[in-house]
Amino acid sequence: MTVESTAARKPRRSSGTKRAAGAASAAKPAAAATAQTQDAVPQLVQLLTPEGERVENADNAEFAPFVADITTEDLRGLYRDMVMTRRFDGEATALQRQGELGLWASLLGQEAAQIGSGRALNDEDYVFPTYREHGVAWCRGVDPTNLLGMFRGVNHGGWDPNTNNFHLYTIVIGSQTLHATGYAMGVAKDGADSAVIAYFGDGASSQGDVMEAFNFAAVYNSPVVFFCQNNQWAISEPTERQMRVPLYQRAQGFGFPGVRVDGNDVLACLAVTRWALDRARRGEGPTLVEAFTYRMGAHTTSDDPTKYRRDEETAAWEAKDPILRLKAHLLATGGADEAYFAELEAESEAMGKRVREAVRAMPDPDTMAIFENVYADGHALVDEERAQFAAYLASFEEGH
Amino acid sequence: MAVEKMSIAKALNESLRKALEQDPKVLIMGEDVGKLGGVFRITDGLQKDFGEERVIDTPLAESGIVGTAIGLALRGYRPVVEIQFDGFVFPAYDQIVTQLAKMHARALGKVKMPVVIRIPYAGGIGAVEHHSESPEALFAHVPGLKVVSPSNASDAYWMLQQAILSDDPVIFFEPKRRYWDKGEVDFDAIPGELHKARVTREGSDVTLAAYGPMVKVCLEAAAAAAEEGKSVEVVDLRSMSPVDFDGLQASVEKTRRLVVVHEAPTFLGMGSEIAARITERCFYHLEAPVLRVGGFHAPYPPARLEDEYLPGLDRVLDAVDRSLAY
Ligand SMILES: Cc1ncc(C[n+]2csc(CCOP(=O)(O)OP(=O)(O)O)c2C)c(N)n1
Repeated sequence: MTVESTAARKPRRSSGTKRAAGAASAAKPAAAATAQTQDAVPQLVQLLTPEGERVENADNAEFAPFVADITTEDLRGLYRDMVMTRRFDGEATALQRQGELGLWASLLGQEAAQIGSGRALNDEDYVFPTYREHGVAWCRGVDPTNLLGMFRGVNHGGWDPNTNNFHLYTIVIGSQTLHATGYAMGVAKDGADSAVIAYFGDGASSQGDVMEAFNFAAVYNSPVVFFCQNNQWAISEPTERQMRVPLYQRAQGFGFPGVRVDGNDVLACLAVTRWALDRARRGEGPTLVEAFTYRMGAHTTSDDPTKYRRDEETAAWEAKDPILRLKAHLLATGGADEAYFAELEAESEAMGKRVREAVRAMPDPDTMAIFENVYADGHALVDEERAQFAAYLASFEEGH
Repeated sequence: MAVEKMSIAKALNESLRKALEQDPKVLIMGEDVGKLGGVFRITDGLQKDFGEERVIDTPLAESGIVGTAIGLALRGYRPVVEIQFDGFVFPAYDQIVTQLAKMHARALGKVKMPVVIRIPYAGGIGAVEHHSESPEALFAHVPGLKVVSPSNASDAYWMLQQAILSDDPVIFFEPKRRYWDKGEVDFDAIPGELHKARVTREGSDVTLAAYGPMVKVCLEAAAAAAEEGKSVEVVDLRSMSPVDFDGLQASVEKTRRLVVVHEAPTFLGMGSEIAARITERCFYHLEAPVLRVGGFHAPYPPARLEDEYLPGLDRVLDAVDRSLAY
């Protein structure tokens, strides 16, 4: 458990009561799921404009009540989460450049989608991430340094998923959506008052596993939220190479609602995810949330986006930065002053330093760890090979 | 000049280029193979020169990639598919094993399946999980598939040409940690047979058999052993299905000792099959049991342990010593 990420983490067991009077009935697809032309960005649930202004409109009316309880202090908490997450992410990128990490998958630009959805969760809810959900991990209280072990190459995971109900990162694209659905089927069987959320990318939506997850979830009416961060790219491939129909609309074909939310608007992401989790907990089944956002950096530190995308595109998205947007709102409404931002800056610097030191101090695993945890009950062949290898290594020490 | 020195990666790129030029039915398909040129740049520049109809960026779906390649082959095309990394072939494993491998037999030989599946494989590059695995035995075990792996630039160029020309499905394993190793490619050469092993270094005391990334390790081991007065022969198997047992037998009958080296776990691996067959064929010639050096019965470890896990010079030399001690 970490010290930093406690602020906005409070159980929301009562979220069902917050349901707006006009909330959609279970069977009806969300208001946003109407026919769209392919070129236009379909309507987006948005509560904060890129300039930081609160908006009310027909698209967000159903969802706004889900954040009616959010106080100025809560907003500052969301802001802090995004700043700390970005600082952590930047530190990890720097550590990779310095050779301390073998690889890093940056979430730069996706902070609002992750913090908004992550803060919508209750403690009892279970998260199935992909490999980029550092902000969601933050919301779950996973120590950020734990995320770095696999990128440093000292382990293949690095945390106990049950400590924070945050599953291990999954690298094989789309696999975890089925795990999430199965977990949710179990939750439903247990009659538990919790929900499950699965994260995946726009590219992943092309995998058969994801389609199968949608179908199982629909057929068994499972309490799972499919949270797709459409960051516009799957390494070098734009969304046009993955789909011809806006992603959120796909849910309709499986028989559950899909909503497209402004993924750079933390408040809208919080509202829509609460709405979807609420449906799940009330036994109304799965929801697909498409957070329309942008990957500001490279796919990973191994990738060179200049080979395939234009600077103008990236620049256009910079104007929609999720952190600047909330900052503008806080400043305009007097929710925070410069002293607050300066203090936060110092806090995030300290966290960056702590992460840096922790990574540098992270020991390499013991060689014999190769043979650990291969089986739960043990295995004769592993025992034999372990003994042979130990003897082989010892032969060097004896000056064989 | 017809002979040029280049990296394995470049040789593969040249090979694909030639295949696209020579036969309009050849197609390249995969994730990021277009503008990006693949994550290892093996298809670099090909989409620019041959267009999006020939060099096809696909949705992120391996089952889809192989499944549609099967359909294209049924329609007379010759798809060359790229799977981004070894660990990501499994969503397509069903299509490869249940469909691709069996189609020719099921159709009484009336349809051909000229599909090449290129897979950058094996470890040694410090990657995260699913990026370093050696699943060759899983494919070699399947009747109907051919499985090969080049270990140098010349073979990279020529074996890929031959794989594309083959009317059978070929799983083409590219040793990713050798992509940047350079060697000479003779573009006018008459290449050797795709499934023939090659003696890469002559010796008389022990035969080391390997393929792909381990050939270099074996050559280094042979050089080190020579300094100790041991004469080690290195056989590059090149093909894992079929295996050139005749070629290997000839070497073993000469040296009377065999050590098989690969990165994949030894249990039920290529080495197991080779040990069994060579023991049957060469029982009266062998002075020692056939030994295997390979990975453990454990998941491929995190990067910081892969140097311990991967067979290196010391482990190969240790096996050579053990073989000679009989
Ligand atoms: C089954 C599988 N195929 C290929 C890959 C290689 N790969 C890793 S990330 C990625 C792109 C994923 O794009 P998307 O799903 O949009 O998520 P993003 O990384 O943009 O968040 C690819 C092709 C993989 N990890 N798993």
